[in-house]
Amino acid sequence: METVLDSPAAERRTDREVVIRGRGLTVGFGDKLILEDLDIDVYRGEILGVVGGSGTGKSVLMRTIIGLNARRAGTVEVFGQDLDAASPAERNRIGRRWGVLFQQGALFSSLTVAQNVGVPMREHLKLTPALVDELSRLKIELVGLPPDAADKYPSELSGGMIKRASLARALALDPDIVFLDEPTAGLDPIGAADFDTLIESLRDTLGLTVFMVTHDLDSLLEVTDRIAVLGNKRVLVDGTFAELKTVDHPWVDAYFNGTRAERLKIE
Amino acid sequence: MAETTLDQTAPSADAQTPIDVQSERAGLRVRLSGEWSVETAADLEDRLDAETAQAPSGPVVIDGSGLEKFDTAGAWLVERTRRRLTESGAAVELAGFSEGQRSLIAAVEKTQRTAPPEPAPVNPVIQFLSLVGRGAALVLADLRAVTTMLGEFLVAFSGTLMWKRRMRWPAFVNHIDRAGFQAVPIIALMSFLIGMIIAQQGAFYFRSFGAELFVVDLVAVLVCREIGVLLTAIMVAGRSGSAFTAEIGSMKMREEIDALTVLGVSPVDVLVVPRILALVISLPILALVADLAALAGAWVVVLFYIGIPTDTFLLRIKEALDVSYVLVGIVKAPFMAMVIGFMACVEGMKVKGSAESLGEHTTASVVKAIFMVVVMDGMFAMFFAALGI
Repeated sequence: METVLDSPAAERRTDREVVIRGRGLTVGFGDKLILEDLDIDVYRGEILGVVGGSGTGKSVLMRTIIGLNARRAGTVEVFGQDLDAASPAERNRIGRRWGVLFQQGALFSSLTVAQNVGVPMREHLKLTPALVDELSRLKIELVGLPPDAADKYPSELSGGMIKRASLARALALDPDIVFLDEPTAGLDPIGAADFDTLIESLRDTLGLTVFMVTHDLDSLLEVTDRIAVLGNKRVLVDGTFAELKTVDHPWVDAYFNGTRAERLKIE
Repeated sequence: MAETTLDQTAPSADAQTPIDVQSERAGLRVRLSGEWSVETAADLEDRLDAETAQAPSGPVVIDGSGLEKFDTAGAWLVERTRRRLTESGAAVELAGFSEGQRSLIAAVEKTQRTAPPEPAPVNPVIQFLSLVGRGAALVLADLRAVTTMLGEFLVAFSGTLMWKRRMRWPAFVNHIDRAGFQAVPIIALMSFLIGMIIAQQGAFYFRSFGAELFVVDLVAVLVCREIGVLLTAIMVAGRSGSAFTAEIGSMKMREEIDALTVLGVSPVDVLVVPRILALVISLPILALVADLAALAGAWVVVLFYIGIPTDTFLLRIKEALDVSYVLVGIVKAPFMAMVIGFMACVEGMKVKGSAESLGEHTTASVVKAIFMVVVMDGMFAMFFAALGI
C-alpha cells in the first residue's frame, strides 16, 4: 500500500453518505492486471472527477462499477447493497437508479432522439405513450437541445448534440447517479464549458451524484467537488483541485502543475 | 440512509392516497403526498387528470407539502396540470413545495412551450403516387450506381492490366481463400446431396418404363448445364456477397472509405477490384467442384439404390456428356460472379449511418444478386438454344 499517498480529503470522509463503495477491486485482462485492490467511495450529491494517464483504467473502473466488466476480486456496494449479493430483480432496480453517458454517445442509430430517450421508460415502466413522449421531450430540452432535435436521428446530430442527447437518455428514469465517460472530449471549448455548466445545474436541480471520467482540466476545475487520481492500479490520491496541486507525486504534480494547468485561474 | 434503500420503490398508491382534493370556497385545494416520481407516474397521471378534469371557477392551489419523493416526472405532471387549468381560465397557485422542488418545477416549466409539430395530413392518393415515384427514382438511382461502379471497375481493372495501377495481390489472394477455397466443403456437400436427390427422383419415375439407365443422362446434363453453376452462384451470393456488403458497409459507416479517398487511394482499387476478381476466378472453379460432387452423389444413388454397376455408370456418362455441356455451365460462372460482386459492392457503398441501414443493404445485396443470377441464367439458356448448343 506504499503507493497510496495521504489524501488531503481524508479527514472529511467520515460523516457523508456513501452511494457507491468499491473495495478491493481487482480487474485484469489475460495476465495483465489493470486495477488491483482498488478502493473508491462516491458520496451523495458530489461531482467526482476521475483522472489518470492513458491506460490507467479510468473507463475500466467505471465499467466495473456498472457491471459491464467482470471483477477478479472485490465488492461493489451501491446504496448500501452489495451487487454480488443482490438478486437479478434487485440488480435491475439498482440499474434503473443510474444512468450512463458512454464516450461515443451510444445512441441507437435507428431511433430518433425522442425514441432513444423513451427507451428506458418504455422498457421499465407502464407509462402511456403520450406521457413517454412528453417526458422524453422534457429531458431533451432539459439538457439544452432545441425542441426540434427530438425528431432527428443520431446521424443528423453534431458531436456536442449527440453527447447531450445521450445525457438525456441517461436521465430518462431520473437516476440518482450518472456516470459520464469523457463527456467533454471532442467538444469545442465553448461547448465543453456549456456542458460543464449543464452538469452542474442538473446536479443542483435533480440532486444527482456524478461520477465523471475526464481529462478536461477546465471541467475538473469548474465542476468537480473532488478528484480521484488513478495510477499504479489504484486510487493514488483524492482531493479538490487546489489540494491536488500540493501533492508530492511526479504524475500528479505534472498533471496539476503542468503548463496547461498553470494557465487556469484558481480562485 | 433509510430513504435510499431499495425496498420502498413504488409504494402502493391506494395506501397513501397521493392526491387529496378538497373544495375550498369556489376553488380546489389539491394536496399531493408520497412519491411522485417516474416510477409512480403511470398511476398518478390518470388520477390527477381525473381529479382536476373540471376547471373550477375559483383559484386552484396545488399543495406539495406532503411530498416525499419528487422528480422531473412528478414535476412535469404538476406543470402539465397547471398549464391545462390555466388555459381553461383557472388561477393556479403552488404551495408547500420545498426549495429544491420549486427549482425542479422551474426547470420543467421552461420546456415544451411550443407544441411538437403535428405531422402534416396525408392524402392517400398523393402518398401512393409519391411511393410509386420514389420507387421508380430508386430503380434509376440503382441503375446509375451499378453503371458507375461498372465504369470505375473497368477503369481500375484496365489500369492494372496496363501496369498503371497497382493490383492488390494480398487482398486478392485473401478473398480467393475466403470466397473460394473456404467455400469448397459446403458447396461440395450441397451439390453431392442435390446429385443424390435428382438421381433418386429420376430413378423413381424412369423405373416405371424401365429406363433407369437414363437417370445418368438426366443428372449429367441437368447438373452440368444448369443446376451446378446456378446453385453455386446462389450459395456464393449468400455467403460472400453478404460478407462483402457488410464489410464495405461498415467501413462506410465508420468513414473508412472517406479516409481512403482523402489519402488518395481509390476505394474501388483497394476494395472492389480484388473482391470482384476473386469471385470471377473462384466461381467457375466452385461450379466445377459442384458438378463433380453432384455426379458423385448420383453415382452413389445409381450404385446402391438402382443397382447399376460403376463401369456402366461411367460408360453412360461418357455417352451422355459432351465437353461443350460442361463448358456451357462453366462459362456462365464468371458473369454470375460479376453480378454478385457488383451488387455486393454497390449496396455496401450505399450504407448510411445506422445499423438498420447496414442490414437493409446486406439483404438487398443478396436478394438482388440471386434474382439477377437467375435472370441471367435464363438469358444464357435462350442464347445457347439459339446457337443450338
